[in-house]
Amino acid sequence: MRPFRYERANDVSGAVALLAGTPNGAFLGGGTNLVDLMRLDVARPELLVDVRRLTSDRIEELPDGRVRVGAAVPNSDLAADPLIRARYPAVSEALLSGASGQLRNLATTGGNLLQRTRCVYFQNVSTPCNKRDPGAGCSAIDGHHWDLAILGASEACVATHPSDLAVALVALDAVVLTEGADGERRIPITELHRLPDREPHRDTILQHGELITAVELPPLPWATRSRYRKVRDRASYAFALVSAVVVLDTADGVVRDVRIGLGGVAHRPWRALVAEQALRGGPATEERFRQAAEAELAAARPLPGNAFKVRLARNTLVRTLLDVNEGRR
Amino acid sequence: MVDVEVSLRVDGTDHRLTVDTRTSVLDALRERLGNTSPKKGCDHGQCGACTVLLDGRRVNSCLALAVAHDGATVVTAAGLAPAGQLHPMQACFIRHDAFQCGYCTPGQIVSAVAMLAEAAAGWPSAVTADGAGRGGGAVVLDDDEIRERMSGNLCRCAAYANIVPAVAEMARR
Ligand SMILES: Cc1cc2nc3c(=O)[nH]c(=O)nc-3n(C[C@H](O)[C@H](O)[C@H](O)COP(=O)(O)OP(=O)(O)OC[C@H]3O[C@@H](n4cnc5c(N)ncnc54)[C@H](O)[C@@H]3O)c2cc1C
Ligand code: SF4
Ligand code: FES
Ligand code: FES
Repeated sequence: MRPFRYERANDVSGAVALLAGTPNGAFLGGGTNLVDLMRLDVARPELLVDVRRLTSDRIEELPDGRVRVGAAVPNSDLAADPLIRARYPAVSEALLSGASGQLRNLATTGGNLLQRTRCVYFQNVSTPCNKRDPGAGCSAIDGHHWDLAILGASEACVATHPSDLAVALVALDAVVLTEGADGERRIPITELHRLPDREPHRDTILQHGELITAVELPPLPWATRSRYRKVRDRASYAFALVSAVVVLDTADGVVRDVRIGLGGVAHRPWRALVAEQALRGGPATEERFRQAAEAELAAARPLPGNAFKVRLARNTLVRTLLDVNEGRR
Repeated sequence: MVDVEVSLRVDGTDHRLTVDTRTSVLDALRERLGNTSPKKGCDHGQCGACTVLLDGRRVNSCLALAVAHDGATVVTAAGLAPAGQLHPMQACFIRHDAFQCGYCTPGQIVSAVAMLAEAAAGWPSAVTADGAGRGGGAVVLDDDEIRERMSGNLCRCAAYANIVPAVAEMARR
Protein backbone atom coordinates (compact mmCIF):
# COMPACT_ATOMS: atom_id res chain seq x y z
CA MET A 1 0.00 0.00 0.00
CA ARG A 2 1.23 3.50 -0.81
CA PRO A 3 1.70 6.05 1.97
CA PHE A 4 -1.12 8.50 2.56
CA ARG A 5 -2.08 11.29 4.92
CA TYR A 6 -5.12 10.89 7.14
CA GLU A 7 -7.39 13.75 8.18
CA ARG A 8 -10.60 14.19 10.10
CA ALA A 9 -12.62 17.34 9.60
CA ASN A 10 -14.77 19.07 12.20
CA ASP A 11 -17.73 19.48 9.89
CA VAL A 12 -19.02 18.55 6.46
CA SER A 13 -17.86 21.72 4.73
CA GLY A 14 -14.40 21.23 6.24
CA ALA A 15 -14.24 17.70 4.83
CA VAL A 16 -15.39 18.90 1.42
CA ALA A 17 -12.78 21.67 1.45
CA LEU A 18 -10.01 19.24 2.40
CA LEU A 19 -10.73 17.04 -0.60
CA ALA A 20 -11.39 19.90 -2.98
CA GLY A 21 -7.79 20.94 -2.46
CA THR A 22 -6.48 17.41 -3.09
CA PRO A 23 -7.45 15.99 -6.50
CA ASN A 24 -5.90 12.67 -5.53
CA GLY A 25 -7.69 12.21 -2.22
CA ALA A 26 -10.71 10.19 -1.10
CA PHE A 27 -13.32 10.05 1.63
CA LEU A 28 -13.03 7.10 3.99
CA GLY A 29 -16.18 5.41 5.30
CA GLY A 30 -15.85 1.98 6.88
CA GLY A 31 -12.96 1.28 4.53
CA THR A 32 -14.17 -2.20 3.61
CA ASN A 33 -13.89 -1.45 -0.08
CA LEU A 34 -11.42 1.42 -0.21
CA VAL A 35 -8.76 -0.12 2.06
CA ASP A 36 -9.03 -3.37 0.10
CA LEU A 37 -8.52 -1.50 -3.20
CA MET A 38 -5.58 0.45 -1.73
CA ARG A 39 -3.95 -2.80 -0.69
CA LEU A 40 -4.44 -4.09 -4.24
CA ASP A 41 -2.84 -0.83 -5.50
CA VAL A 42 -6.02 -0.12 -7.49
CA ALA A 43 -6.80 2.95 -5.38
CA ARG A 44 -3.85 5.25 -4.69
CA PRO A 45 -5.11 8.20 -2.64
CA GLU A 46 -2.49 10.46 -1.09
CA LEU A 47 -5.05 11.75 1.44
CA LEU A 48 -7.92 10.03 3.25
CA VAL A 49 -10.57 12.26 4.81
CA ASP A 50 -12.40 10.16 7.38
CA VAL A 51 -16.13 10.88 7.22
CA ARG A 52 -17.39 7.91 9.26
CA ARG A 53 -17.97 10.07 12.31
CA LEU A 54 -18.88 13.20 10.37
CA THR A 55 -22.25 12.54 8.77
CA SER A 56 -25.29 11.41 10.72
CA ASP A 57 -25.44 7.85 12.00
CA ARG A 58 -29.17 8.12 12.69
CA ILE A 59 -32.32 6.91 10.97
CA GLU A 60 -35.12 9.41 11.43
CA GLU A 61 -38.67 9.81 10.26
CA LEU A 62 -39.47 13.27 8.91
CA PRO A 63 -42.86 14.90 9.58
CA ASP A 64 -44.08 14.20 6.02
CA GLY A 65 -43.34 10.48 6.31
CA ARG A 66 -39.99 10.37 4.57
CA VAL A 67 -37.28 8.36 6.30
CA ARG A 68 -33.80 9.87 6.32
CA VAL A 69 -30.79 7.61 6.76
CA GLY A 70 -27.51 9.28 7.67
CA ALA A 71 -24.59 8.35 5.42
CA ALA A 72 -22.65 6.97 8.39
CA VAL A 73 -25.36 4.49 9.45
CA PRO A 74 -23.68 1.07 9.42
CA ASN A 75 -25.18 -1.50 7.06
CA SER A 76 -26.05 -3.72 10.08
CA ASP A 77 -28.01 -1.00 11.83
CA LEU A 78 -29.94 -0.10 8.72
CA ALA A 79 -30.82 -3.76 8.12
CA ALA A 80 -31.98 -4.27 11.72
CA ASP A 81 -33.88 -1.01 12.10
CA PRO A 82 -37.52 -1.72 13.07
CA LEU A 83 -38.90 1.13 10.94
CA ILE A 84 -36.96 0.02 7.87
CA ARG A 85 -37.96 -3.61 8.38
CA ALA A 86 -41.61 -2.69 8.71
CA ARG A 87 -41.90 -0.12 5.90
CA TYR A 88 -39.20 -1.11 3.44
CA PRO A 89 -38.47 -4.80 4.06
CA ALA A 90 -36.62 -5.12 0.74
CA VAL A 91 -33.96 -2.67 1.97
CA SER A 92 -33.26 -4.82 5.00
CA GLU A 93 -33.29 -8.01 2.92
CA ALA A 94 -30.92 -6.55 0.33
CA LEU A 95 -28.40 -5.56 2.99
CA LEU A 96 -28.63 -8.88 4.81
CA SER A 97 -28.03 -10.76 1.57
CA GLY A 98 -24.70 -8.97 1.15
CA ALA A 99 -21.22 -9.35 2.61
CA SER A 100 -20.97 -10.77 6.18
CA GLY A 101 -21.96 -9.77 9.70
CA GLN A 102 -18.46 -8.43 10.31
CA LEU A 103 -18.35 -6.38 7.11
CA ARG A 104 -21.84 -4.97 7.60
CA ASN A 105 -20.76 -3.69 11.02
CA LEU A 106 -17.97 -1.63 9.46
CA ALA A 107 -19.61 -0.65 6.16
CA THR A 108 -21.55 2.60 5.94
CA THR A 109 -24.61 3.57 3.92
CA GLY A 110 -22.68 6.12 1.84
CA GLY A 111 -19.74 3.80 1.23
CA ASN A 112 -22.02 0.95 0.21
CA LEU A 113 -23.52 3.00 -2.63
CA LEU A 114 -20.09 4.06 -3.87
CA GLN A 115 -18.32 0.69 -3.63
CA ARG A 116 -16.55 -0.12 -6.86
CA THR A 117 -17.07 -3.00 -9.26
CA ARG A 118 -15.87 -6.51 -8.40
CA CYS A 119 -14.71 -7.06 -12.01
CA VAL A 120 -11.59 -9.17 -11.43
CA TYR A 121 -9.66 -7.35 -14.15
CA PHE A 122 -10.38 -4.04 -12.46
CA GLN A 123 -9.06 -5.44 -9.20
CA ASN A 124 -5.87 -6.79 -10.75
CA VAL A 125 -3.39 -4.06 -11.72
CA SER A 126 -1.59 -6.41 -14.12
CA THR A 127 -4.58 -6.63 -16.50
CA PRO A 128 -5.60 -3.62 -18.64
CA CYS A 129 -8.84 -1.94 -17.56
CA ASN A 130 -10.51 1.21 -18.85
CA LYS A 131 -12.17 1.87 -15.53
CA ARG A 132 -8.87 1.89 -13.67
CA ASP A 133 -6.77 3.37 -16.42
CA PRO A 134 -8.82 5.19 -19.10
CA GLY A 135 -7.83 4.15 -22.61
CA ALA A 136 -5.91 1.04 -21.53
CA GLY A 137 -8.50 -1.35 -22.96
CA CYS A 138 -10.92 -3.80 -21.37
CA SER A 139 -9.58 -7.23 -20.40
CA ALA A 140 -12.99 -8.55 -19.47
CA ILE A 141 -14.51 -8.49 -22.96
CA ASP A 142 -12.16 -11.27 -24.08
CA GLY A 143 -11.95 -12.78 -20.62
CA HIS A 144 -14.13 -14.56 -18.10
CA HIS A 145 -17.71 -13.34 -18.53
CA TRP A 146 -19.51 -15.01 -15.63
CA ASP A 147 -20.23 -11.90 -13.56
CA LEU A 148 -20.38 -9.26 -16.28
CA ALA A 149 -23.24 -7.08 -17.53
CA ILE A 150 -26.00 -8.02 -19.95
CA LEU A 151 -27.75 -4.63 -20.09
CA GLY A 152 -26.45 -1.15 -20.87
CA ALA A 153 -22.79 -2.11 -21.34
CA SER A 154 -20.45 -0.39 -23.77
CA GLU A 155 -17.41 -1.44 -25.78
CA ALA A 156 -15.31 0.29 -23.15
CA CYS A 157 -16.63 -1.58 -20.12
CA VAL A 158 -18.92 -4.50 -19.35
CA ALA A 159 -18.67 -4.48 -15.55
CA THR A 160 -21.57 -4.64 -13.10
CA HIS A 161 -22.35 -2.62 -10.00
CA PRO A 162 -21.97 -4.84 -6.93
CA SER A 163 -24.21 -3.16 -4.32
CA ASP A 164 -27.33 -5.01 -3.19
CA LEU A 165 -28.57 -2.02 -1.20
CA ALA A 166 -28.45 0.22 -4.26
CA VAL A 167 -30.80 -2.12 -6.16
CA ALA A 168 -33.43 -1.87 -3.43
CA LEU A 169 -33.03 1.90 -3.20
CA VAL A 170 -33.38 2.33 -6.95
CA ALA A 171 -36.73 0.54 -6.90
CA LEU A 172 -37.91 2.70 -4.00
CA ASP A 173 -36.96 5.99 -5.73
CA ALA A 174 -34.67 6.98 -2.88
CA VAL A 175 -32.96 10.36 -2.98
CA VAL A 176 -29.26 10.86 -2.24
CA LEU A 177 -28.33 14.05 -0.38
CA THR A 178 -24.88 15.42 -1.10
CA GLU A 179 -22.73 18.39 -0.28
CA GLY A 180 -19.86 19.51 -2.46
CA ALA A 181 -17.84 22.56 -3.36
CA ASP A 182 -20.85 23.85 -5.33
CA GLY A 183 -23.29 23.39 -2.42
CA GLU A 184 -25.94 20.82 -1.61
CA ARG A 185 -27.77 18.57 -4.06
CA ARG A 186 -30.67 16.12 -3.92
CA ILE A 187 -29.99 13.41 -6.48
CA PRO A 188 -32.58 10.75 -7.34
CA ILE A 189 -30.67 7.52 -6.83
CA THR A 190 -31.80 6.35 -10.26
CA GLU A 191 -29.54 9.11 -11.63
CA LEU A 192 -26.60 8.63 -9.27
CA HIS A 193 -24.90 5.71 -11.03
CA ARG A 194 -23.91 5.95 -14.69
CA LEU A 195 -23.80 3.58 -17.61
CA PRO A 196 -20.20 3.14 -18.77
CA ASP A 197 -20.44 4.73 -22.24
CA ARG A 198 -16.97 5.97 -23.17
CA GLU A 199 -16.11 7.00 -19.61
CA PRO A 200 -16.19 3.87 -17.46
CA HIS A 201 -13.79 5.45 -14.96
CA ARG A 202 -16.78 7.49 -13.78
CA ASP A 203 -19.09 5.24 -11.74
CA THR A 204 -21.45 8.03 -10.71
CA ILE A 205 -22.35 11.61 -11.52
CA LEU A 206 -20.76 12.87 -8.28
CA GLN A 207 -18.06 15.51 -8.54
CA HIS A 208 -14.69 15.01 -6.90
CA GLY A 209 -15.05 15.86 -3.23
CA GLU A 210 -18.85 15.64 -3.22
CA LEU A 211 -19.89 14.00 0.03
CA ILE A 212 -22.99 11.85 0.49
CA THR A 213 -24.58 13.09 3.72
CA ALA A 214 -27.80 11.05 3.78
CA VAL A 215 -30.26 8.94 1.82
CA GLU A 216 -33.99 9.60 1.92
CA LEU A 217 -36.72 7.05 1.38
CA PRO A 218 -39.99 8.57 0.17
CA PRO A 219 -43.21 7.50 1.89
CA LEU A 220 -44.60 4.54 -0.05
CA PRO A 221 -47.24 2.72 2.01
CA TRP A 222 -47.35 -0.27 -0.31
CA ALA A 223 -43.58 -0.82 0.00
CA THR A 224 -44.47 -3.08 2.93
CA ARG A 225 -45.09 -5.57 0.12
CA SER A 226 -41.56 -5.77 -1.21
CA ARG A 227 -38.81 -8.28 -1.31
CA TYR A 228 -35.27 -8.82 -2.52
CA ARG A 229 -34.12 -12.08 -4.05
CA LYS A 230 -30.47 -12.75 -4.81
CA VAL A 231 -28.97 -15.58 -6.86
CA ARG A 232 -25.28 -16.36 -6.51
CA ASP A 233 -22.61 -19.00 -6.79
CA ARG A 234 -22.90 -20.05 -3.14
CA ALA A 235 -25.67 -19.73 -0.56
CA SER A 236 -24.14 -16.86 1.41
CA TYR A 237 -21.26 -14.35 1.49
CA ALA A 238 -21.06 -13.87 -2.27
CA PHE A 239 -21.97 -11.12 -4.70
CA ALA A 240 -25.06 -11.42 -6.85
CA LEU A 241 -24.99 -13.11 -10.22
CA VAL A 242 -28.47 -11.68 -10.57
CA SER A 243 -30.85 -10.13 -8.08
CA ALA A 244 -34.33 -8.68 -8.21
CA VAL A 245 -36.33 -6.37 -6.00
CA VAL A 246 -40.07 -6.08 -6.40
CA VAL A 247 -42.47 -3.63 -4.76
CA LEU A 248 -46.02 -4.56 -5.68
CA ASP A 249 -49.47 -3.08 -5.19
CA THR A 250 -52.39 -5.23 -6.35
CA ALA A 251 -56.17 -5.10 -5.93
CA ASP A 252 -58.56 -7.84 -7.05
CA GLY A 253 -55.82 -9.60 -8.96
CA VAL A 254 -54.84 -6.49 -10.92
CA VAL A 255 -51.48 -4.71 -10.68
CA ARG A 256 -52.18 -1.19 -9.50
CA ASP A 257 -48.56 -0.19 -9.29
CA VAL A 258 -45.18 -1.88 -9.27
CA ARG A 259 -41.50 -1.01 -8.91
CA ILE A 260 -38.74 -3.31 -10.05
CA GLY A 261 -34.97 -3.23 -9.72
CA LEU A 262 -32.41 -5.70 -11.05
CA GLY A 263 -28.89 -6.25 -9.75
CA GLY A 264 -25.84 -7.96 -11.22
CA VAL A 265 -26.94 -7.14 -14.75
CA ALA A 266 -25.54 -3.69 -15.48
CA HIS A 267 -22.99 -1.00 -14.68
CA ARG A 268 -25.62 0.55 -12.47
CA PRO A 269 -28.43 -0.79 -10.32
CA TRP A 270 -31.07 -1.35 -12.98
CA ARG A 271 -34.54 0.11 -12.72
CA ALA A 272 -36.82 -2.08 -14.86
CA LEU A 273 -39.18 0.56 -16.24
CA VAL A 274 -40.17 -1.50 -19.28
CA ALA A 275 -41.34 -4.39 -17.11
CA GLU A 276 -43.15 -2.02 -14.74
CA GLN A 277 -45.01 -0.43 -17.65
CA ALA A 278 -45.95 -3.82 -19.04
CA LEU A 279 -47.43 -4.87 -15.69
CA ARG A 280 -49.35 -1.76 -14.62
CA GLY A 281 -53.10 -2.18 -14.96
CA GLY A 282 -52.85 -5.80 -16.06
CA PRO A 283 -53.66 -9.08 -14.32
CA ALA A 284 -51.20 -10.29 -11.69
CA THR A 285 -50.56 -13.67 -13.28
CA GLU A 286 -47.43 -15.71 -13.87
CA GLU A 287 -47.86 -15.40 -17.61
CA ARG A 288 -47.95 -11.61 -17.43
CA PHE A 289 -44.99 -11.60 -15.09
CA ARG A 290 -42.98 -13.63 -17.58
CA GLN A 291 -43.98 -11.40 -20.49
CA ALA A 292 -42.98 -8.31 -18.54
CA ALA A 293 -39.60 -9.79 -17.59
CA GLU A 294 -38.99 -10.77 -21.20
CA ALA A 295 -39.93 -7.29 -22.38
CA GLU A 296 -37.36 -5.78 -20.03
CA LEU A 297 -34.67 -8.25 -21.07
CA ALA A 298 -35.32 -7.87 -24.80
CA ALA A 299 -32.57 -5.23 -24.67
CA ALA A 300 -30.07 -7.67 -23.16
CA ARG A 301 -26.80 -8.10 -25.08
CA PRO A 302 -24.97 -10.86 -23.22
CA LEU A 303 -21.40 -11.94 -23.88
CA PRO A 304 -20.76 -15.55 -24.94
CA GLY A 305 -19.88 -16.54 -21.38
CA ASN A 306 -22.85 -15.02 -19.59
CA ALA A 307 -25.80 -15.67 -21.88
CA PHE A 308 -27.23 -17.77 -19.04
CA LYS A 309 -27.84 -14.56 -17.13
CA VAL A 310 -30.68 -13.51 -19.40
CA ARG A 311 -32.77 -16.51 -18.45
CA LEU A 312 -31.57 -16.35 -14.86
CA ALA A 313 -32.65 -12.71 -14.61
CA ARG A 314 -36.02 -13.50 -16.17
CA ASN A 315 -36.66 -16.42 -13.83
CA THR A 316 -35.46 -14.53 -10.77
CA LEU A 317 -37.76 -11.62 -11.54
CA VAL A 318 -40.77 -13.84 -12.23
CA ARG A 319 -40.18 -15.77 -9.01
CA THR A 320 -39.86 -12.57 -6.99
CA LEU A 321 -43.07 -11.15 -8.49
CA LEU A 322 -44.87 -14.39 -7.63
CA ASP A 323 -43.48 -14.37 -4.09
CA VAL A 324 -44.60 -10.83 -3.38
CA ASN A 325 -47.95 -11.36 -5.07
CA GLU A 326 -48.66 -14.48 -3.05
CA GLY A 327 -47.32 -13.00 0.18
CA ARG A 328 -44.45 -15.49 0.35
CA ARG A 329 -41.21 -14.44 1.78
CA MET B 1 5.67 7.07 5.50
CA VAL B 2 3.24 9.09 7.58
CA ASP B 3 3.33 8.32 11.28
CA VAL B 4 0.47 8.94 13.67
CA GLU B 5 -0.06 8.23 17.32
CA VAL B 6 -3.03 6.10 18.32
CA SER B 7 -4.31 4.57 21.51
CA LEU B 8 -6.06 1.24 21.67
CA ARG B 9 -7.45 -0.65 24.65
CA VAL B 10 -6.76 -4.29 23.85
CA ASP B 11 -8.11 -7.11 25.99
CA GLY B 12 -8.30 -4.76 28.95
CA THR B 13 -4.88 -3.11 28.64
CA ASP B 14 -4.33 0.42 27.32
CA HIS B 15 -1.66 0.94 24.69
CA ARG B 16 -0.32 4.04 23.06
CA LEU B 17 1.67 3.49 19.89
CA THR B 18 3.01 5.27 16.85
CA VAL B 19 1.92 3.65 13.60
CA ASP B 20 2.17 4.31 9.91
CA THR B 21 -1.25 5.44 8.60
CA ARG B 22 -1.34 2.25 6.50
CA THR B 23 -1.37 -0.01 9.57
CA SER B 24 -4.54 -2.07 9.99
CA VAL B 25 -5.92 -2.87 13.42
CA LEU B 26 -4.89 -6.47 12.67
CA ASP B 27 -1.26 -5.53 12.01
CA ALA B 28 -1.20 -3.24 15.04
CA LEU B 29 -2.36 -6.15 17.18
CA ARG B 30 -0.11 -8.81 15.71
CA GLU B 31 3.04 -6.96 14.69
CA ARG B 32 3.15 -4.17 17.24
CA LEU B 33 1.39 -5.47 20.34
CA GLY B 34 2.34 -9.13 19.98
CA ASN B 35 -1.29 -10.29 20.19
CA THR B 36 -1.34 -13.07 17.59
CA SER B 37 -4.77 -14.34 18.51
CA PRO B 38 -6.48 -12.79 15.45
CA LYS B 39 -5.07 -14.36 12.29
CA LYS B 40 -4.34 -13.00 8.83
CA GLY B 41 -5.97 -15.36 6.36
CA CYS B 42 -6.52 -13.11 3.36
CA ASP B 43 -6.06 -9.42 4.33
CA HIS B 44 -9.07 -8.63 2.08
CA GLY B 45 -12.15 -9.11 4.25
CA GLN B 46 -12.89 -12.47 2.67
CA CYS B 47 -12.16 -15.04 5.38
CA GLY B 48 -12.98 -13.72 8.87
CA ALA B 49 -9.83 -15.12 10.51
CA CYS B 50 -9.01 -11.59 11.72
CA THR B 51 -12.36 -11.04 13.45
CA VAL B 52 -12.18 -9.02 16.68
CA LEU B 53 -14.68 -7.01 18.69
CA LEU B 54 -14.11 -3.34 17.93
CA ASP B 55 -16.04 -1.16 20.36
CA GLY B 56 -18.24 -4.19 21.01
CA ARG B 57 -18.95 -5.20 17.43
CA ARG B 58 -17.41 -7.98 15.39
CA VAL B 59 -15.41 -6.63 12.46
CA ASN B 60 -12.70 -7.73 10.04
CA SER B 61 -9.66 -6.10 11.64
CA CYS B 62 -7.68 -6.42 8.39
CA LEU B 63 -9.82 -3.74 6.71
CA ALA B 64 -10.01 -1.40 9.71
CA LEU B 65 -7.23 1.19 9.72
CA ALA B 66 -5.75 1.71 13.19
CA VAL B 67 -5.67 5.47 12.67
CA ALA B 68 -9.41 5.51 11.94
CA HIS B 69 -10.09 3.67 15.20
CA ASP B 70 -7.93 5.70 17.53
CA GLY B 71 -9.27 5.32 21.06
CA ALA B 72 -11.17 2.11 20.31
CA THR B 73 -11.64 -0.85 22.61
CA VAL B 74 -10.58 -4.14 21.04
CA VAL B 75 -11.36 -7.62 22.32
CA THR B 76 -9.65 -10.59 20.72
CA ALA B 77 -10.38 -14.26 21.33
CA ALA B 78 -7.49 -14.23 23.81
CA GLY B 79 -9.27 -11.59 25.87
CA LEU B 80 -12.81 -12.97 25.94
CA ALA B 81 -12.24 -14.58 29.34
CA PRO B 82 -9.96 -13.65 32.25
CA ALA B 83 -6.40 -14.98 31.90
CA GLY B 84 -6.21 -18.72 32.47
CA GLN B 85 -9.93 -19.26 32.01
CA LEU B 86 -11.99 -20.34 29.03
CA HIS B 87 -14.94 -18.40 27.70
CA PRO B 88 -17.96 -20.75 27.53
CA MET B 89 -17.87 -20.48 23.72
CA GLN B 90 -14.25 -21.67 23.75
CA ALA B 91 -15.28 -24.59 25.95
CA CYS B 92 -18.06 -25.47 23.50
CA PHE B 93 -15.56 -25.46 20.61
CA ILE B 94 -13.30 -27.84 22.52
CA ARG B 95 -16.15 -30.12 23.56
CA HIS B 96 -17.37 -30.41 19.96
CA ASP B 97 -13.90 -30.67 18.43
CA ALA B 98 -14.86 -27.69 16.28
CA PHE B 99 -11.47 -27.21 14.58
CA GLN B 100 -8.65 -29.05 12.91
CA CYS B 101 -5.64 -26.80 12.26
CA GLY B 102 -7.13 -24.06 14.45
CA TYR B 103 -6.16 -21.17 12.19
CA CYS B 104 -9.70 -19.87 11.74
CA THR B 105 -10.73 -20.67 15.32
CA PRO B 106 -10.05 -17.38 17.17
CA GLY B 107 -12.01 -15.53 14.48
CA GLN B 108 -14.81 -18.11 14.58
CA ILE B 109 -15.10 -17.83 18.35
CA VAL B 110 -15.15 -14.02 18.49
CA SER B 111 -17.61 -13.97 15.61
CA ALA B 112 -19.88 -16.53 17.32
CA VAL B 113 -19.89 -14.62 20.61
CA ALA B 114 -20.85 -11.38 18.85
CA MET B 115 -23.36 -13.16 16.65
CA LEU B 116 -25.26 -14.48 19.69
CA ALA B 117 -25.47 -10.94 21.05
CA GLU B 118 -26.77 -9.68 17.68
CA ALA B 119 -29.50 -12.34 17.62
CA ALA B 120 -30.37 -11.59 21.26
CA ALA B 121 -30.81 -7.94 20.27
CA GLY B 122 -33.32 -8.97 17.60
CA TRP B 123 -31.09 -8.38 14.59
CA PRO B 124 -32.41 -10.37 11.63
CA SER B 125 -30.36 -12.37 9.15
CA ALA B 126 -31.05 -13.26 5.53
CA VAL B 127 -32.85 -16.42 6.68
CA THR B 128 -34.86 -14.90 9.53
CA ALA B 129 -38.62 -15.23 9.15
CA ASP B 130 -40.53 -12.01 8.50
CA GLY B 131 -40.82 -9.85 11.55
CA ALA B 132 -38.95 -12.17 13.94
CA GLY B 133 -37.14 -10.11 16.52
CA ARG B 134 -38.69 -6.90 15.17
CA GLY B 135 -40.30 -5.99 18.45
CA GLY B 136 -36.89 -6.23 20.09
CA GLY B 137 -37.24 -9.89 21.04
CA ALA B 138 -34.44 -12.36 20.42
CA VAL B 139 -34.19 -14.33 17.18
CA VAL B 140 -34.13 -18.07 17.81
CA LEU B 141 -31.04 -19.62 16.25
CA ASP B 142 -31.54 -22.87 14.39
CA ASP B 143 -28.74 -24.41 12.32
CA ASP B 144 -29.67 -22.42 9.21
CA GLU B 145 -29.49 -19.18 11.18
CA ILE B 146 -26.11 -20.15 12.60
CA ARG B 147 -24.71 -21.05 9.18
CA GLU B 148 -25.95 -17.82 7.62
CA ARG B 149 -24.77 -15.59 10.46
CA MET B 150 -21.36 -17.31 10.57
CA SER B 151 -20.86 -17.26 6.78
CA GLY B 152 -18.22 -14.53 7.10
CA ASN B 153 -15.89 -17.03 8.79
CA LEU B 154 -14.38 -19.52 6.39
CA CYS B 155 -12.66 -22.71 7.56
CA ARG B 156 -10.13 -24.21 5.16
CA CYS B 157 -10.30 -27.46 7.12
CA ALA B 158 -14.08 -27.44 6.68
CA ALA B 159 -14.73 -28.10 10.36
CA TYR B 160 -18.19 -26.63 9.85
CA ALA B 161 -19.88 -29.90 10.76
CA ASN B 162 -18.60 -29.43 14.32
CA ILE B 163 -18.59 -25.63 14.46
CA VAL B 164 -22.35 -25.43 13.96
CA PRO B 165 -23.16 -27.80 16.88
CA ALA B 166 -20.63 -26.01 19.09
CA VAL B 167 -22.29 -22.65 18.45
CA ALA B 168 -25.74 -24.24 18.71
CA GLU B 169 -24.96 -25.58 22.17
CA MET B 170 -23.94 -22.12 23.30
CA ALA B 171 -27.03 -20.61 21.66
CA ARG B 172 -29.30 -22.94 23.66
CA ARG B 173 -27.91 -21.77 26.99
C1 LIG C 1 -15.55 -10.13 1.05
C2 LIG C 1 -16.56 -9.06 0.74
C3 LIG C 1 -17.83 -9.43 0.35
C4 LIG C 1 -18.79 -8.46 0.05
N1 LIG C 1 -20.04 -8.84 -0.37
C5 LIG C 1 -20.96 -7.90 -0.71
C6 LIG C 1 -22.23 -8.26 -1.20
O1 LIG C 1 -22.55 -9.44 -1.32
N2 LIG C 1 -23.10 -7.27 -1.52
C7 LIG C 1 -22.78 -5.95 -1.39
O2 LIG C 1 -23.61 -5.09 -1.70
N3 LIG C 1 -21.56 -5.58 -0.95
C8 LIG C 1 -20.65 -6.53 -0.60
N4 LIG C 1 -19.42 -6.14 -0.17
C9 LIG C 1 -19.04 -4.74 -0.25
C10 LIG C 1 -19.41 -3.92 0.96
O3 LIG C 1 -20.82 -3.83 1.06
C11 LIG C 1 -18.79 -2.56 0.76
O4 LIG C 1 -17.40 -2.70 0.84
C12 LIG C 1 -19.25 -1.55 1.79
O5 LIG C 1 -20.64 -1.37 1.75
C13 LIG C 1 -18.56 -0.22 1.57
O6 LIG C 1 -18.87 0.65 2.62
P1 LIG C 1 -17.68 1.37 3.43
O7 LIG C 1 -18.31 2.33 4.37
O8 LIG C 1 -16.76 0.37 4.01
O9 LIG C 1 -17.00 2.15 2.23
P2 LIG C 1 -15.48 2.58 2.00
O10 LIG C 1 -14.67 1.41 1.61
O11 LIG C 1 -15.00 3.41 3.12
O12 LIG C 1 -15.69 3.54 0.74
C14 LIG C 1 -16.16 3.08 -0.51
C15 LIG C 1 -16.12 4.25 -1.48
O13 LIG C 1 -17.08 5.24 -1.12
C16 LIG C 1 -16.46 6.50 -0.86
N5 LIG C 1 -17.20 7.06 0.26
C17 LIG C 1 -17.41 6.50 1.48
N6 LIG C 1 -18.29 7.23 2.20
C18 LIG C 1 -18.64 8.29 1.43
C19 LIG C 1 -19.53 9.39 1.59
N7 LIG C 1 -20.25 9.57 2.70
N8 LIG C 1 -19.64 10.30 0.58
C20 LIG C 1 -18.92 10.14 -0.56
N9 LIG C 1 -18.07 9.11 -0.76
C21 LIG C 1 -17.94 8.19 0.21
C22 LIG C 1 -15.00 6.19 -0.61
O14 LIG C 1 -14.17 7.26 -0.99
C23 LIG C 1 -14.80 4.97 -1.51
O15 LIG C 1 -14.57 5.39 -2.83
C24 LIG C 1 -18.46 -7.09 0.17
C25 LIG C 1 -17.18 -6.72 0.58
C26 LIG C 1 -16.24 -7.68 0.87
C27 LIG C 1 -14.87 -7.26 1.31
S1 SF4 D 1 -15.30 -4.61 -17.65
FE1 SF4 D 1 -14.86 -2.50 -17.01
S2 SF4 D 1 -13.96 -2.81 -15.00
FE2 SF4 D 1 -13.79 -4.80 -16.03
S3 SF4 D 1 -11.81 -4.79 -17.15
FE3 SF4 D 1 -13.32 -4.01 -18.57
S4 SF4 D 1 -13.16 -1.77 -18.28
FE4 SF4 D 1 -12.25 -2.70 -16.47
S1 FES E 1 -7.67 -11.65 7.18
FE1 FES E 1 -9.31 -10.27 7.52
S2 FES E 1 -10.96 -11.28 6.55
FE2 FES E 1 -9.26 -12.53 6.01
S1 FES F 1 -9.72 -25.33 11.62
FE1 FES F 1 -8.28 -25.12 10.01
S2 FES F 1 -9.06 -23.38 8.97
FE2 FES F 1 -10.65 -23.82 10.36
